[in-house]
Amino acid sequence: MWSLTPEELVAIKLSLRVASVATLASLPFGIAVAYILSRGRFRGKMLLDGLVYMPLVLPPVVTGYVLLILFGRRGPLGALLEDTFGIVLSFRWTGAALAAAVMSFPLMVRAIRLAMDAIDRRSEEAAATLGASPAWVFLTVTLPLALPGIVAGAMLGFAKALGEFGATITFVSNIPGETQTIPAAIYTYTQTPGGDEGAFRLSVIAVLIAFGALIASEVLSRRTTRRRAGLA
Amino acid sequence: MIEVSCRLVRPRFVLDASFRAPNGCVAMFGPSGSGKSTIVRLLAGLERPERGRIVIGGRTLVDTEARIDVPVHKRRVGLVFQDGQLLPHLSVRQNLEYGRSFAPRDARVLPFDAVVNLLGIGHLLKARPATLSGGERQRVSIGRALLAAPRLLVMDEPLASLDSARKLEILPFVERLRDELALPIVYVSHAVEEVARLANTVVRMSEGRVIAEGTPSEVIGASVRDAGDAPFPRLSFISAKVVREQPEFSVAILSHPAGEIVLPGSTSRAGDTVRIAIAATNVALATEKPRGLSVRTRLQGCIRRIEDSAGPSVHVTVELTGGDRIVASLTRLAVADLGLTEGRDVFALVKAVAIDENAIANLKREPAAP
Repeated sequence: MWSLTPEELVAIKLSLRVASVATLASLPFGIAVAYILSRGRFRGKMLLDGLVYMPLVLPPVVTGYVLLILFGRRGPLGALLEDTFGIVLSFRWTGAALAAAVMSFPLMVRAIRLAMDAIDRRSEEAAATLGASPAWVFLTVTLPLALPGIVAGAMLGFAKALGEFGATITFVSNIPGETQTIPAAIYTYTQTPGGDEGAFRLSVIAVLIAFGALIASEVLSRRTTRRRAGLA
Repeated sequence: MIEVSCRLVRPRFVLDASFRAPNGCVAMFGPSGSGKSTIVRLLAGLERPERGRIVIGGRTLVDTEARIDVPVHKRRVGLVFQDGQLLPHLSVRQNLEYGRSFAPRDARVLPFDAVVNLLGIGHLLKARPATLSGGERQRVSIGRALLAAPRLLVMDEPLASLDSARKLEILPFVERLRDELALPIVYVSHAVEEVARLANTVVRMSEGRVIAEGTPSEVIGASVRDAGDAPFPRLSFISAKVVREQPEFSVAILSHPAGEIVLPGSTSRAGDTVRIAIAATNVALATEKPRGLSVRTRLQGCIRRIEDSAGPSVHVTVELTGGDRIVASLTRLAVADLGLTEGRDVFALVKAVAIDENAIANLKREPAAP
């Protein structure tokens, strides 16, 4: 009952890879967008805000379909990526990573933005009066002070990316060894006679990984919060 | 020369202030909401005026007409915030060193250790800001601003959270910065004693405007009749030379044409020229030289003005022998009983213990004899 089949192991490894790549690749963008949303004052800020949070409220299938239209081999962005960089996303694990990144982006941005909103602006002002340029202020004040939120956002994004299903299956289908992540594998099991045991095993694994990520996020962010608050 | 002339409109506040002051210490004085802190932020570049000019020591920081606006980090205006504003994620040492690396090498004239020792923060270097007391944080903040080698030091209520003993240590330090480094200082304070002691120029603000500017005695001194919306004790400024010390009593004696003045504390040395500020409420008048009275400071003079008042007390201005003026706050009853009138010769009595040590400005110290 508890021994995993080779296919299940492949799905688990693939899921971890997809979620890790999705998180790491989207983190710099997440920090940048969170910073813009937290500090920026410009026309169209609400539009950007809405755009970022869109995947949270759209049916995942719709997000996946939009990705398919844009990043499919004949889609405008997909064709561009293939022609200039030779990157193909559709029906590849990289596409699964993109779908996971898009779906987890709002959660990540939200956590980071809240942390940045909570920073006392006068700390940044103090640094500037001491001679730090805006870039230095960002690197030596904003970023370190937002670190607990960044860690929490990354972990939250990772957990969300692991569980992404709807957009992934719509965009890159359900190909064992290429795009079949844990949720897709579970779905396949439930559609197969006698697949209950496999579905159960993978579900337990999914719960463990997600829970582990949340605990890790909590521990890390508590530790950094304590250090940032100057108590450790 | 510090030259400020700025207009700035906020939803519920309009600042339209201008003043010019020679180098030295400019004190901004006025009730909260009068625009002092806005000027501090304008000087540092944290606010932009709609219209205006700021020139410090010949260097134009802002000139809206010429489209000059030096960014905050290039102004080198050392700002000491009201509550310290230390960077919470850095140790005290890292806070102190933060601005140093941005300052040009040849501008770093203050040695790190000297600043640390002077402010008494050597034992705190490894600590985190969150574990410091308010006064400690403030001292670190002053040190941090100084070590960034500023061209102008702006202090926004820097001593508000310090106890009296620590103030007595830090005020001379600020004076030394002003005199020895010739560092221009803008000093915002509610405390009239600090202003009286440090400032060469006092700028009084009210509702976003400068309502008076000039020397301390012109702006907060004896001849200022209207305390306006910023009630402060009427102060009289008297400059005199210390002729002898009496360490056994912890006092120094000043020589003044109108008589000797007893000065509390042991920071003044014989030969120093000091300026003291005396609050009108601490001055009594006598029509003849009193006997059997504990008050040692008895200054001869002549009543120049008795102000009209409907309340219980009046201000009486006495011109001392030698020309200085001193204001006494008396009850109308006393004025009537003694039959005080303008032109009458009197003795002004000042209780030495009532002279605020924080308000004793050391104007000139004579070099010690070889």
